[in-house]
Amino acid sequence: MKLLWTVVGKELLDNARDRRTLASALLFGPLFGPLLFAVLISVVIQQTVSDVERPVTLPVIGAEHAPNLVAFLERNGFDVQDWSKDAGAAREAVQAGREDVVLVIDPAFGERFQAGLPARVQLIQDASAQRAARNVNRTRSALGAYSSQLRAMRLQARGVSPEILSPVVIDDVDVSTATGRAALLLGMITYFLLAAMLMGGLYLAIDATAGERERGSLEPLLTLPVTRSTLLVGKILATCCYMLLSLVITLVAFAVGLSFVSLEELGMSANFGPEVVVLGFLLMAPFVLLGAALMTLVASFTKTYKEAQTYVGVLIVVPTLPILFAAFLSVKPSALLMTVPSLSQHLLMTALIRNEPVDPGFAALSVISTLALGVLVTWLATLFYRREGLMG
Amino acid sequence: MIEVEGVSKRFGKVEAVRSVSFSAEDGRITGLLGPNGAGKSTTLRMLYTVLRPDGGRARIGGRDVVREALAVRRSMGALPHGAGLYPQLTARENIAYYGRLHGLEGAALARRIDDITRLLDLGEFIDRRTKGFSQGQRTRVALARALVHDPQHVLLDEPTNGLDVMATRALRQLILRLREQGRCVLLSSHVMQEVAALCDRIVIIAHGQVAASGTPDELRQRYAENDLEEVFVRAISRVGDPQ
Repeated sequence: MKLLWTVVGKELLDNARDRRTLASALLFGPLFGPLLFAVLISVVIQQTVSDVERPVTLPVIGAEHAPNLVAFLERNGFDVQDWSKDAGAAREAVQAGREDVVLVIDPAFGERFQAGLPARVQLIQDASAQRAARNVNRTRSALGAYSSQLRAMRLQARGVSPEILSPVVIDDVDVSTATGRAALLLGMITYFLLAAMLMGGLYLAIDATAGERERGSLEPLLTLPVTRSTLLVGKILATCCYMLLSLVITLVAFAVGLSFVSLEELGMSANFGPEVVVLGFLLMAPFVLLGAALMTLVASFTKTYKEAQTYVGVLIVVPTLPILFAAFLSVKPSALLMTVPSLSQHLLMTALIRNEPVDPGFAALSVISTLALGVLVTWLATLFYRREGLMG
Repeated sequence: MIEVEGVSKRFGKVEAVRSVSFSAEDGRITGLLGPNGAGKSTTLRMLYTVLRPDGGRARIGGRDVVREALAVRRSMGALPHGAGLYPQLTARENIAYYGRLHGLEGAALARRIDDITRLLDLGEFIDRRTKGFSQGQRTRVALARALVHDPQHVLLDEPTNGLDVMATRALRQLILRLREQGRCVLLSSHVMQEVAALCDRIVIIAHGQVAASGTPDELRQRYAENDLEEVFVRAISRVGDPQ
C-alpha cells in the first residue's frame, strides 16, 4: 500500500513539473469548453434578440398596384422599399443571397381586388437559405393576416358572420419550459466536461507508460521489488487525480461563466449553482477511473510517445459517441441506458441542469456500473502490463 | 552468488540465448564478454527478472529468479542498458524514488543518499533536475539509484557505454570497491580491454552460447595465447551461428 502511494506521489510530482501536462490538465482542457460555450451563447442571444426587434426590409415590385397592402405592411414593422426592377432581377438578388425575400404585386391586383376576385402576389424566396427563413415567415404571416382581415370585412359587408369560415380553430400550446429549451444547448456541457477530464489525464497516462518506456526508465523500474500491478495501478490513480482536478476546474468555470451570460434573454434559465457543481462532480467523478484505465491501457499498447498520442487522441472521441447518439434520437433516461458510461452521465447531468428531479436509483446505477467497468478495465490493463512484450 | 543453469530464451524464431550456464561468486567481478547481439543483455534481463527464461533456471543469492522474483529484486541492484532517469525530477528525487520503492524512508533514506552521493561524487548536481545531464552524470545517477538499497548483487549492462575516460575510471574504482565489500558483481561488455582490466572471471558469449569461461589466465593458457584479444576472437569463431 505504501509502495502504491509512493508511485502515485512520484507521478504527480513528476507531471506537475511538466508544463505541457499542467497546461492541458488545468488550463486548456477545463477552460476551453466554458469559454467557447459562453461565446456561443452570447452570439445566439444577440442574434435572437436583434432578429425580433429589427424591422424586416422588404423590397416590393409594383407597390403602386396595392397601396393599402403596402400601408398594412408598413404598420406591421416592415421597411417597404419600392423597387423599380423586374422580377428577373429580384430572383437573382434572392438567389445570390443579397435579399431574403422580394414581394411582387401583380399589375392586375387592383382590378381583381375591386371585382372581388382573388388578387395575386408573388413571394420570391430561397427555401434552402436557413438565414432567410425568419424574414420569409414573417412576410408570409403578415400577408396571411392582411388576407384574413379583408375576408372578414367582405363577409360582414354581405351580412355573413366571418366565424362561419373557421370551422376549426387551432390553438398552439407551447409546453417547453424556458429551462427545457436552454437544456438543448446546455446538453453540450456534458461533452465539454468529459473532454476536459480526459484531456486532464491524457499526458500523464501517456507519460507513465509509453513515455516511461521511450525514456528507458521502465526497465530499471521493473527491477525493483514492486509488482507490475502496483506500478500500473499507481499510475492509473495518479491519472485519476489530474482528471478529477480538471473536472472540478471545468465545473467551477461553467458555473462562473454562465453567471455572466444572460440566458434569460433567450427565455432560458440555466440551473448551474454551487449545488449543481457538487452533485455534478459526484455524478461525473466515477467516469474518471474508467477514462484513466482506458487511456493507460491504450497507451501501454504503443511503443512511442507519438504513437500513444495518436491512439489516445482517438480514444478521447469515443465517450462523445453515446452523447451524439442521444442527441439525435433524443432518448429518455432508462435503467438500461444508465449502464452505459458517458451516456448515463450525460442524461443525469442534463436532467440536473434542466432542474428536473434526478432519480436516485438511476444515479446509483450509473455510478456503480461506471465504476465496475473502470475496475474491469484497470484489471485488464494490469494483465497487459504483466506481459513480456511490454519491454518492446 | 549468481548461478545460471542451462538458461535459454527465444523471441519468435530467434534463439537469443541457448542453454547458457555460468556462475558469479561473491567478492568477485564476473564479466560477460561478447560481440553485439550475442545475447548478453538478454541473459542479464532474465537475471534481473524483467524477462522470463523459456528453459533452464537461474538463482541469485540462492533464490529462483522466476518463482521468487520479488525476493531476488530486493537483494539486487541493476543498471540496465541505457537506463533512463525522470528528467523533471532532481537527481536526489530520482534516487529517493527507488529507495522508497525498496522500502527505505525518512532519516535512513536521507543518510543512505548522502553516503552514495559522496561515494559517486554526485554532490555538484544532486539537487538539479536531471534534464540536460551529460551521459556521464546520468549513468552515475542511475548507478546511485541501483545501489541505494545497498544490494549484495550488482548487475551492470554495458556500464561504461558513453562515458569519457575520467568517468570510466571512476566507475572502475567503484566496481573494485564493491568487490572489496564482498559483493557479487556481474557486468557485460563488448570491450575486451575493459573486461580484461577489471574482471576476475570472464564468460565469453557468442551466438547465444557460452564460448569459453574462466579467469583471464586460464583462458590464456587454454588457448596458448598471451593476447586476450586473440583468445576472444578464437573463442567466438569456434561457436558457429547455427541459424
